[in-house]
Amino acid sequence: MKKVKTLILRTAGTNCDYETQSAFELCGAVADRVHINTLIEKKNKIFEYDILVFPGGFSYGDDIASGKILSNEIKNKLGDEIKKYALSGRPIVGICNGFQVLVKIGLLPDPKFFKQIFTLSCNDSDKFECRWVYLKVEKKVRRESNCIWTKNLPDVISLPVAHGEGKFVSGNEKFLDNLNKNSQIVFRYSLKDGSEPEYPLVPNGSIGHVAGICNKKGNIFGLMPHPERYVFTLQHPAREGFNDRYGWGKVIFQNAVDFVI
Amino acid sequence: MKYTTKCETIKILNLSNEQLLELSKKNLLSLSLEEMKVVRNYFKKLKRNPTDIEMETIAQTWSEHCKHKTLTGLIEYTEEENGKKTRRIYNNLLKETIFKASIELNKTWCLSIFKDNAGIIEFDSKNGVAFKVETHNHPSALEPYGGSATGIGGVIRDILGVGLGAKPLANTDVFCLGDPNMEASKIPKGVHHPKRIMKGVVSGVRDYGNKMGIPTVNGTTYFDDGYIVNPLVYCGTMGIIPKNKINKKVEFGDLILVVGGRTGRDGIHGATFSSIQLDKKSAVSAVQIGNPIIEKKVLDAMLKARDLNLYRAVTDCGAGGLSSAVGELGKKIGAVVYLDKVPLKYDGLRPWEIWISEAQERMVFTVSPKNIEKIIEVFEKEDVEAVCIGKFTNDKKLTLTYDGNVVANMDMKFLHNGIPKPTKRAFYKVSEEKIQKPIEMDSSEISSSLASLLADLNICSKEWIIRQYDHEVQGQTVVKPLQGNNIEISGPGDAAVIFPYTVIKGTKKGIVLSNGLNPQYGKINSYKMAASAIEEALRNAVAVGADVRRISILDNFCFGNPNDPEILGSLVRATKACYDVSKAFEVPFISGKDSLHNEYFINGKRYSIPSVLLISAMGVIENVENTVTMPFKKNGNKIFVLGITRNELGGSVFSKISNMKGGAVPNVFPSESKDIMKKIYSAISENLIEACHDCSEGGIAVAVSEMAFSANKGVKIDIDAVNIYSHLECESEGGIRIMTPAEILFSESNGRFIVEIKPNNEEKFKKILGGAVFSEIGYVSDDKEVIFESKRSNVKIQQNSEFLLNSWHNTINL
Repeated sequence: MKKVKTLILRTAGTNCDYETQSAFELCGAVADRVHINTLIEKKNKIFEYDILVFPGGFSYGDDIASGKILSNEIKNKLGDEIKKYALSGRPIVGICNGFQVLVKIGLLPDPKFFKQIFTLSCNDSDKFECRWVYLKVEKKVRRESNCIWTKNLPDVISLPVAHGEGKFVSGNEKFLDNLNKNSQIVFRYSLKDGSEPEYPLVPNGSIGHVAGICNKKGNIFGLMPHPERYVFTLQHPAREGFNDRYGWGKVIFQNAVDFVI
Repeated sequence: MKYTTKCETIKILNLSNEQLLELSKKNLLSLSLEEMKVVRNYFKKLKRNPTDIEMETIAQTWSEHCKHKTLTGLIEYTEEENGKKTRRIYNNLLKETIFKASIELNKTWCLSIFKDNAGIIEFDSKNGVAFKVETHNHPSALEPYGGSATGIGGVIRDILGVGLGAKPLANTDVFCLGDPNMEASKIPKGVHHPKRIMKGVVSGVRDYGNKMGIPTVNGTTYFDDGYIVNPLVYCGTMGIIPKNKINKKVEFGDLILVVGGRTGRDGIHGATFSSIQLDKKSAVSAVQIGNPIIEKKVLDAMLKARDLNLYRAVTDCGAGGLSSAVGELGKKIGAVVYLDKVPLKYDGLRPWEIWISEAQERMVFTVSPKNIEKIIEVFEKEDVEAVCIGKFTNDKKLTLTYDGNVVANMDMKFLHNGIPKPTKRAFYKVSEEKIQKPIEMDSSEISSSLASLLADLNICSKEWIIRQYDHEVQGQTVVKPLQGNNIEISGPGDAAVIFPYTVIKGTKKGIVLSNGLNPQYGKINSYKMAASAIEEALRNAVAVGADVRRISILDNFCFGNPNDPEILGSLVRATKACYDVSKAFEVPFISGKDSLHNEYFINGKRYSIPSVLLISAMGVIENVENTVTMPFKKNGNKIFVLGITRNELGGSVFSKISNMKGGAVPNVFPSESKDIMKKIYSAISENLIEACHDCSEGGIAVAVSEMAFSANKGVKIDIDAVNIYSHLECESEGGIRIMTPAEILFSESNGRFIVEIKPNNEEKFKKILGGAVFSEIGYVSDDKEVIFESKRSNVKIQQNSEFLLNSWHNTINL
């Protein structure tokens, strides 16, 4: 059987690369942690990979704004390759800082625009917070979304968040309507029973409680919570999960690997 | 302004004693008269005056911070007990107590102790785990954010610089601070408000630790007014290292490579400044400036270079900067450094400033000439600056040049062994501890005391701090600092467990981290303070599933001025306890650190901190699946207390909130509690324990309440069933008597655990306990009411668990 190859892009300040690598390996893929300088040196290397990951961390210290410098660097030095890669339909995920990068490059909400349309701003609590939250996949989304990453999940799962800038903000109502209409808002913060949450279960004050979105085609996915930190039941505060062994975060990575196969 | 990069000569050959001392003071050398005389004699023999850089090098190498001269010096100790005096001479306190215990215990799983930047114990057949805790007190008093950030940054570099470099897996932090809600008018002039210090030090650890991608998983914050002027900031890091990367080698002809941050004028005199009392004129320029992303880049690239075997030794640039790093590496063979090659943040540094600057994020590598190009390429590929600044020689001398001129040339032997041994006097008077008069309280008084205890700064939730730290990054924190049965509610965990599955593929093992400290006990009895700190650290680790036979500990002393015989006396007493308790539990010390001179002058008045010993524990857990958390799990399960409850309220939180005088400080009974610890481990390994919590500050009442409210459950406890011990070592006023309900509930006796057991496991559990002291005291209930009842004394305390949770939860929110 074909080995699925995953590229985990790292740079100064990236720090969730090892656990993200382990998560893909657990799902049967090969995963390489590749420094951006290597990729800039050899731009076409990116096309050797089936899946592209922007992991969490503090790229370049989050100076200026979260993910800003890295997204500029990618756009300026690897723009054509990244756009081509995204439009090819290969799975791309951006987690936490990686979500920021996807947004700031403009791969989300749509790589065709290739332009930043919304942002993830400072938490309402005005501080970095690390905690577990519940995430809901709405019925309509479950039925209609093309997102390849969020299939096979129960209605509500839990994952940890850890960020100071994760508040989903958009000044454009029409844009939000479109995201809703196209079932692109795949994760919203919620209570355990799926109902409307308050702080701290909405850890950042996101508009519409948005925690993760995908593009219309469904191959590009960005989210603030960290699925790579919940691939085993052991990692859950109460050791919950499925098959007595795995955490629900694993399903997210497995979906992408299975999609490629 | 014109700057100079000149090197100057310091004329000392003909100075009088007074002038020598004046020079030491003026140039912030922190050298004593004896030491200055030895320096003068050395240069007399060389028939020349020293240069400024030579004086600075000696001062740095001989600083308390780098040399630990008090703990390794001569001490004349006198102890007075019951009017009788005993004397003892210590030639080297550290070697005759703490270190001695480890040598005598001779554990084969201790791989490297007291010789490298951190202690290392065995993790599995191929890997070791390293642990180090440091203090960064004086910088944090002046500049809390920068002080704590560089504190954590520095200890992370200790782990990068142990052996050939370990990969950091977790951080710990412990703060001792003043009350953040204190009235501003009560704060002495020239001192930051405790709230500002607290916000600053938490942000510092948060920003540095989070950006390094290392989870901060364990710690505590201790509040006492004695820390207003001189807060304590302890930072620790644990990392994992292949066994074949533990040894360093330095050979003649090897090149010296400095890697990472550039050198600037920040942190000049950090090493010597740590042995000077703080006052309002203290120089903020002694505080370093941190940049975590530079350190993160160094970490990423150096692990690559390590695995390619591109260097022979590495050490961090910490206190004393290049002087300390190169000096240590080259002390047996000699070294030459071309100071003009050191990359600088800006021009204008004088040679001595380059040499002793404590600018951050720098590591020094020893590289064989054949690998130099390769290693520089590895670093440069990841945008890390790496520059060759000198080489190791075989002349046993330290030679420094600047622009081709020799600016220093000294014997390594003099530099490292020339320091005269000071003699210090120490005195300790063992004070008598009397059991207080019976504490008679009615149900409502006990009830309100319980709520006040939970809200007390030293017991209340530290969630405001913990959640600002990313304690989940790396995905390996399987027993977390805050523990709950769901994600909405959580209580205070006893210890954290790291499951290093991303580094050691296929492993089942874990690493447990915990700590113990209690400065209140030290105000009364420093022996018991130290003994209790060790016991508490062990108990915390055992409570989550550690095997006491596989735990190692670190000591961190923060005391006042060691030239004060009474302060030094209490330090000696504490080290005696360390020896006794380490030996009795067979738990070795693997590394440690002392920070003395924690005091501050205001208007000529000396303020000294309450002395404290922090014990940090690290253990290896065979199977991470066999770990437990502290919230109660299921209604109907039985609750046991293991260990004996004694009338020990001296220094307790209860005695503080009720203004109680006297009382006996909790003692440690090693054989009794070691036996219980082993049995808890067996029971957890056989999956017989549902929840386990250490019983410490606030006693049984607080421990049981925490287990209940963190599970959103109720509990029914029979106070009369608690196994108490009435034959006390110290006599009670009014003779031997039975303990009152308040005393049973709030006593802080060591060696106790609260344990939850399923009814159908009871028999097996009791079989394991055998002859250990335990008692079944109640059960978990479904009505969310926390009830403690004594029929004997006609007392019934009843509180809603949500109310108790709120009492505990809402104190700290800055």
